[in-house]
Parts: sequence; structure tokens; C-alpha cells
Amino acid sequence: MGKQLIKGNEAIVKGAILAGCRYFFGYPITPASEIAEAAAFYMPLVGGTFLQAESEVASINMLYGAASGGIRAMTASSSPGISLKQEGISYCAGSELPIVIVDIMRGGPGLGNIAPEQSDYNQMVKGGGHGNYKLIVLAPNSAQEMCDLTMLAFELADKYRNPAVILADGFIGQMMEPVEFPKAVEKIPEKEWALHADADDEKKLICSIQLDPDVLEKHNLKLQEKYKKIAAEVRFEEYYCDDADLVLIGFGVVSRVLLSVVDILREKGQRIGLLRPISLWPFPSFQIAQLAQKIKHFLVVELSNGQLVDDVKLAVNGKKPVLFYNRMGGIVPSPEEIIAHIEKTVKA
Amino acid sequence: MVEKGGLEKAKVIIREDECKGCGLCIEACPVDVLFEQNVLNRMGYHPAGYKGEGCTGCGICFYQCPEPGAITVFKKGYVEEEVT
Amino acid sequence: MAKIIRKSDSFYPIYEHKSGAKDVTHYCPGCGHGVLHKLIAEALDDFQIRDRTILMSPVGCSVFAYYYFRVGNIQCSHGRAPAVATGIKRVFPESIVISYQGDGDLAAIGGNNIIQAANRGENITVFFVNNAIYGMTGGQMAPTTLVGQKTTTSPRGRSVANEGYPVAVSEMLATLKAPVYIERVALTDAKNTNKVRHAVRKALQIQIENKGFSLVEVLSACPSGWKMTPVQAKQWITDYMCKQFPLGVFRDTSAEIEPSPAVKNEFISHDLFKKLDIPDKPFRAVKSETPPVNYQNPRLKIAGFGGQGILLLGLGIAQAGMQMGYQVSWIPSYGPEMRGGTANCHVNLSNKRIGSPVVSQPSTLIAMNLPSLEKFECEVIPGGLIIYDSSLINRPPARKDVEVLGIPATKIADDLGNTRIANMVILGAYIARTSIIPRQVVVDTLPVFIKRKNLVPLNVKAVDKGIEYVSQ
Ligand SMILES: Cc1ncc(C[n+]2csc(CCOP(=O)(O)OP(=O)(O)O)c2C)c(N)n1
Ligand code: SF4
Ligand code: SF4
Ligand code: SF4
Ligand SMILES: [Mg+2]
Repeated sequence: MGKQLIKGNEAIVKGAILAGCRYFFGYPITPASEIAEAAAFYMPLVGGTFLQAESEVASINMLYGAASGGIRAMTASSSPGISLKQEGISYCAGSELPIVIVDIMRGGPGLGNIAPEQSDYNQMVKGGGHGNYKLIVLAPNSAQEMCDLTMLAFELADKYRNPAVILADGFIGQMMEPVEFPKAVEKIPEKEWALHADADDEKKLICSIQLDPDVLEKHNLKLQEKYKKIAAEVRFEEYYCDDADLVLIGFGVVSRVLLSVVDILREKGQRIGLLRPISLWPFPSFQIAQLAQKIKHFLVVELSNGQLVDDVKLAVNGKKPVLFYNRMGGIVPSPEEIIAHIEKTVKA
Repeated sequence: MVEKGGLEKAKVIIREDECKGCGLCIEACPVDVLFEQNVLNRMGYHPAGYKGEGCTGCGICFYQCPEPGAITVFKKGYVEEEVT
Repeated sequence: MAKIIRKSDSFYPIYEHKSGAKDVTHYCPGCGHGVLHKLIAEALDDFQIRDRTILMSPVGCSVFAYYYFRVGNIQCSHGRAPAVATGIKRVFPESIVISYQGDGDLAAIGGNNIIQAANRGENITVFFVNNAIYGMTGGQMAPTTLVGQKTTTSPRGRSVANEGYPVAVSEMLATLKAPVYIERVALTDAKNTNKVRHAVRKALQIQIENKGFSLVEVLSACPSGWKMTPVQAKQWITDYMCKQFPLGVFRDTSAEIEPSPAVKNEFISHDLFKKLDIPDKPFRAVKSETPPVNYQNPRLKIAGFGGQGILLLGLGIAQAGMQMGYQVSWIPSYGPEMRGGTANCHVNLSNKRIGSPVVSQPSTLIAMNLPSLEKFECEVIPGGLIIYDSSLINRPPARKDVEVLGIPATKIADDLGNTRIANMVILGAYIARTSIIPRQVVVDTLPVFIKRKNLVPLNVKAVDKGIEYVSQ
């Protein structure tokens, strides 16, 4: 297949369309706007609909309505917009609607800035809205993965009738890299629960309200059962972990920096590796726990106050030290900066 | 439910168990043939009742009543089989 | 007219979703919601549209409208029914979509959603129950609560000073161009109730005919919230609500409006690569000689003013680099900071997988203005390369441990008749000095990223000037 040098944000839209998505509801925000712009351009060419909503609140609710019709639909935003969407996301999770949400994270809190951060980890991975729900969260670290994981997100969303999220940072969204686009999905799955505007609809109901506590508990238990099944979808990448003493953990743009760190230090003969979670939920806890048996220490690097590190600590469960290095405000540390930190804090 | 004379006379049937005793039908009936019954229904309301005579089949009570199934109005000339 | 007036088929015979008694509604005695439900259901029967109707249940006392209506049902979050309705209507343009909303739902929390749906002219029907109160949550003040009206959150009566005046939704929406039909009616006596019945039917008819947006505002009793008997409550609508909210038609263009046909999206899955501008020729890397070691696997930082084509210069290198079979990455400085200010980008070309795409220690710095040179000069690795625009930067780099190439790119571009192609002059200089990319590959890839095709020849000329300058 042909190769194209393309922005991560644009690769998302092309991937989505190849995955059979034909509905996009969005609202502009840097650094995610190219997604809406590309959707506005391409959707009409493939028999799709692009609609710029009046807000992120409206766009997630349009998505809720459209997904009720069983088609593939998506929205995209960046951190402040995602905060606004949270109520709607909770409704989609409660109603078990398979939607795809893209979050190109920027600096916070508040209006913050537009530089890359990873401080939406908690609000996406832990469920930023109300209720006991889980989102499938995929974290690409290249333009290629922006395409591939978006396609996967649609597949997993449909497979489990659950919202799925692409969680990327400003750099992964803005960066251009070559992408090889895979073949298009020709037919999306039929959904017998979805509305079709026909006589059968009277038997269907899209809703998240259950007044009776017993019924609502049952619904919650059913969701938790589903989440257990989704755990099998865990995805991660290991790089030189086999004989490592120190394993670095990071996702998104950070994992790219960590890759450089490993390359540089391996060249100097140090036993260092990288574990990159590709799915942030389900989280590769098992793999991290296994590594904890044989390595000496972990170093988690993230662009936040320490959100991913909590999940790593839960997985390691006190067996090995979990060190932490972070930057906030939109600063991406250089490999040299991280190496200096390692040299200062990690005793071989 | 078969009632003799149905074809000549309009009538109203109130399902007492679905009536919430709001009285709106009684208030609205132009010929005053509805009344509040003394009995209590399963929900604890005094249901509306038909005095048994004089309904013109105008339908006003039906459109005042908030309960979908509480009132059925039979216009003059109705056919019994229509009742389900 | 039917000889028997009874419960519509568009109600479920048994309310399965409801707990407790499944043959009565959950509404209070004398509640207006139930009456409006009946009028809507009757219209769905009469128009034979039940099979293709999808109803939005709001948050409010009518949150359970889906218990009753025997249609496709979606329960929405508070105030967002018009957005949800928009979503499903766009999927099924041939469906009949009803947004059923209370006054808190529609006029307070969802105020913008209804305005925007109305303004887009969504072909949906909105039934707006104005009962001047938040019924469901126990009688709090609504945007439509009357001045002086006591509620649990306006215990001394709504005061204009504190809460402002009641919101007149119909009047407000009628100022928009798109809505086809907006009427305010009241569920009071038989005559007015009949008007509600007609308004409901008319609004649905407009949607059936694909004419566009309609909204019926229904003044409706909430005996519980108002703490009145049902009979008193109806009288209160007549005596007070109708004064504040005059009944009538506020907009009706249904007679003149042209129906726009409901066209369902056709799922197009053929020729997707072509439609998505994805090259479908298999990729073949261009073979060429290896550049000198110090120029291999370059990590470039390119910086200058916004408007100098900094990002495009980086893109040109990345695009041609990809064609050479290199792994490449390009990151721009992005967002509003670009406008008028400085711009920079980071480009990597590499024989192996690229780790950090962020270039913190460039092997090549291209500086197109003085601030950029001053800022980034120190970052360049020893033995690295600095290329700078000597027509704009009057002091050469101070570093002695790097290779320096000054080129009057802007002057050269100016002589070519367009200062904006200085970036391409630099591109030519860069490839000539490093021999990392053959000229022909750059020339071949220029059209991929230069949007205005008629400018391609001029850009090629600029590249050649850069090459020529370095080769002299
Ligand atoms: C986001 C959110 N905020 C608040 C509520 C609580 N709430 C439920 S119903 C309601 C008011 C409904 O009033 P209205 O729309 O007038 O409907 P009515 O009950 O009067 O028919 C409120 C505030 C909620 N469910 N969700
Ligand atoms: S149909 Fe008319 S006359 Fe008969 S009971 Fe009802 S309101 Fe009265
Ligand atoms: S209007 Fe309906 S609910 Fe009210 S009293 Fe009459 S029959 Fe009963
Ligand atoms: S509280 Fe008011 S609006 Fe709600 S059901 Fe009761 S009467 Fe109707
Ligand atoms: Mg209300």
C-alpha cells in the first residue's frame, strides 16, 4: 500500500473512515482541531455526516443519538472539551453505546495551554464522569498508530458495546509521520439492539436510568462482567525488557523519548528496557507484575503530576521500587534530561 | 362487554383502577354526568364515575384526563366489537 | 372520526419498563404531561407514523415518557434532547423524531441546545412543557417561573432583582430564520385543549412533510409543584400563566416552505483511498549514495518568523526523506503562538526507528531569523551544522565547534520575485551541502505539499538557486 506523510490528527480521520465511521460531531479546540477539519472535508465524500456542534456537550450528545442508530460515529476534542463531555460519556457507558472519543491532551488545569500533557489520564482511564464504568483507552505513539488504533477502537467498541477512547497528546496529534493505511472495513456489524426507525423499535430502549436499586445493581454487575472480558484486550510493547534491571514505563510521546533513552543507554552497555502500555485500560498490570519478579526497579515517566504511576504501583504491589519522573505544563523532557535523572537517582 | 342499546346511545366508561381522582373530567363535562365516587380504588383515590345517563359522547372528558386508559368514550352509533 | 375515543395504540398496552402498577402512569393526579402524551399518541396513530417514530425522553417528570410511548425510545441527559435528536435524525432522516422537554430541561440547562437545533432547522418536532417549575426535583424555580411565584428555591416569590424575568421561549426562538412553526398553547379548558391537539398534529405534519423545525410550547399544570388541586391549577394557568405567556402562533412558514426530501446517507465504501487522498501505488524508496557520516540520520531544528515558511521547509525535508526510505518525523510548533510570532519545527530522518521526535540536541539548525539563531545555537551538537539566512541575520553564529553555512536566502528569493520562497532556497542549500537527498527527489515531492500547484516551478527554481549557491 502507498505511504503517506500525514499528521496524526488527520490519520485518525482516515483510519476512522476506513473503519466504516460515517458520523462525526465535533467542536474546535487546539490541538485537536485538525481532526474536525479533516472530518468536515472527507465525511461528505464518503456518504458521511460532519456536524460542528454548539459545544462539546452537544457533540457528545449528538454522538449518543447517532450511535443509538447502530452506525459508527465519533467525536474528538482536547482536555477542556473532554471535561465538558464527561456527563455524556457516562450516559454512553451506561447505555452501552459503542462510540469512539478522541482526546488530544493539552496542558491544564483550567484553560492551561495547548502544549502536550498527559494529565487527562485519570479522567479517561479512571472514568471522569459519574458511575462505575470503564472506557477502553488506547494510547498511540505514532501517526501510524493514530490510524491503526482508531480502527481498533471502533472494532473493540462494537465488539463489547462500550465507548472507546484514543488518548494522545498534542505532539502525537500534530506530528507528521509516514502512515501506511490498511484496507477498508467493508461492512460494519449489524446491531440488533440499535434503533432502526422501523416497527421493531418499540422493543428497544436506549437509556441509562434504572430507578430500582436492585435492577441498577444488576446492570452494574453486568457491566463489571463485561469489563472483565475486555481485560483480554490488553496491549503493550516491550523493548529490551528481557535482561533489564531498570524498566522505563511511559505512553504516548513520552514512550518515544524513552525509546531514545533506552537506545542511548543500551549503547553504553546498561541493562535498561521499556514497557509501553498501548491500552491504558485494560492496563498491562499482569505484565508489569511479571517484570517485577525479575527486574530491579521501574521508572515511570509522564507529563502529569503522577497518574499512570498509580496504576504501575498497584501492579507492582510493593515488590520493587517504582521511581517517578515527570514534567507538567506542556514540557516534554529530552532523553538527556531523563538520563541525567536516571544517573542521579537509580543505583545499579 | 356487550351493552344493549349501544348503537343508539353514547356512553362513557371509566376504569376505576386507572383513575387518579383528579376530578378534571367531572369539572369539564358539559352535561354534568360524571361524579366523584365515595369508594376508594387500589391507589387510594376516589375515582370518577358515570351517572349512567345523559352522556353525549362529546369526548371532552377524555381529553381532559391525564391517564391514557382511564376513560373510554363511546359515541352514538359505535360498534361493540371495537371494544377490546 | 372514530366512534370510540380510547387509549391510543401508540401507547404500550402494558407499561413493562415501569415498576409497580403497569397500567397507570407515574404522573400526579391532574398533571399536564399525561394529557399531552395522549394528544401526541393519538396523532402518531392517526398519521400512522408510530413505526418510524423515535422519541427523546428528557430529564424531568417526563423522564419516563419511554414507559408509555410504543416507539423507538432514547432517554437523554438533562437538556440535551435536541442534540440527541439531531444525532439520530441525521442517521435516519426518514424517521419522525420527537424531542419532549420540560422548561427546566429546555429553557435552563439546555437553552443553547434548543436554540442551535432550531437554528439549524433540524427536521424534528419539539414538545415543550412549560409548567413554570421544576416538577421532578420537587418544585424549584424554573426559568419560566412567574415573577412573585413561590417555589422551594424562591420561597419569597421570584424577584426580578435576583432572578430576572421569566424566559419567553417561543418568542425568542421565533426570531430565528429556520424554525417553520412555533406556537404556544395551553392545556386548560376543552377549547384550548383542542388547540393543543391541533398544534401537536400540525407540528408533526410539518416533520412528515420534511419541512423543518417546529416547536409547540404547552402551558401545563403541575398541581403538585404548585401546591394546588388539579382544578385550581388549570384555573391558575388561565389567570396567571397565560398573562405572562400569551397564547398564539409566533412563527409559521409552513405554507410557503419547500419540503426538502429526507435523503439517507449512502455508505460509500468504494474508491476510499482515492477519496481520502491516500496514494494507492505501492511505495518504493529511491536508492541513492550514502551521505557523509556527519550528515547521516539528521535531527533538525528549523526556526524563524511565522510566515517564513518554516513548517513547509521542514515538511519538504521530511517528505523527500520519506521518499528516500528513511524513517521520518516532523513536529511543528502549533496553535495561535504561530501567528505573527516565531515558528519552528523538528524533523528527524533516520535509518532506524525514531525515538523522541522532539529535537533537543539538533545535528542541524536552520535559523531564518536572529532570535532563532540566538535561542537555539547553543543546542547544536559539536560538529553539527548551522545554516542561517545571512540576508536577515547580520552576525554569524559564535560557535566555533560547528560547521556554519550562511546563505542570503531571502535576498535570493527576492531576486526571484517572491520573498516567501526563501525557505526553498534554504532547502536547496541544505541538500546540496549534506547530499542527504538528491535534487530530483525534492523536485518530485514538492507538488505533494505545495498546495498551489502553479507555484511549484517557482519553488523548484528557488531550490536550484540554493543548490547553486552552495556549489559555487
Ligand atoms: C445535570 C443534571 N442536573 C440536574 C438534574 C436534576 N434534575 C432532574 S429533573 C430537573 C428539573 C426538571 O424540570 P423540568 O425540565 O421543568 O421538568 P418537569 O419535571 O417540570 O416536567 C432537575 C434539575 C439532573 N438530573 N441532571
Ligand atoms: S363524553 Fe362528554 S358528555 Fe360524556 S361524560 Fe364525557 S364529557 Fe360528559
Ligand atoms: S380525569 Fe381521569 S384521572 Fe381524573 S378523575 Fe377523571 S377519569 Fe379520573
Ligand atoms: S410533579 Fe408536577 S409535573 Fe411532575 S408529575 Fe407531578 S404534577 Fe406532573
Ligand atoms: Mg417544568
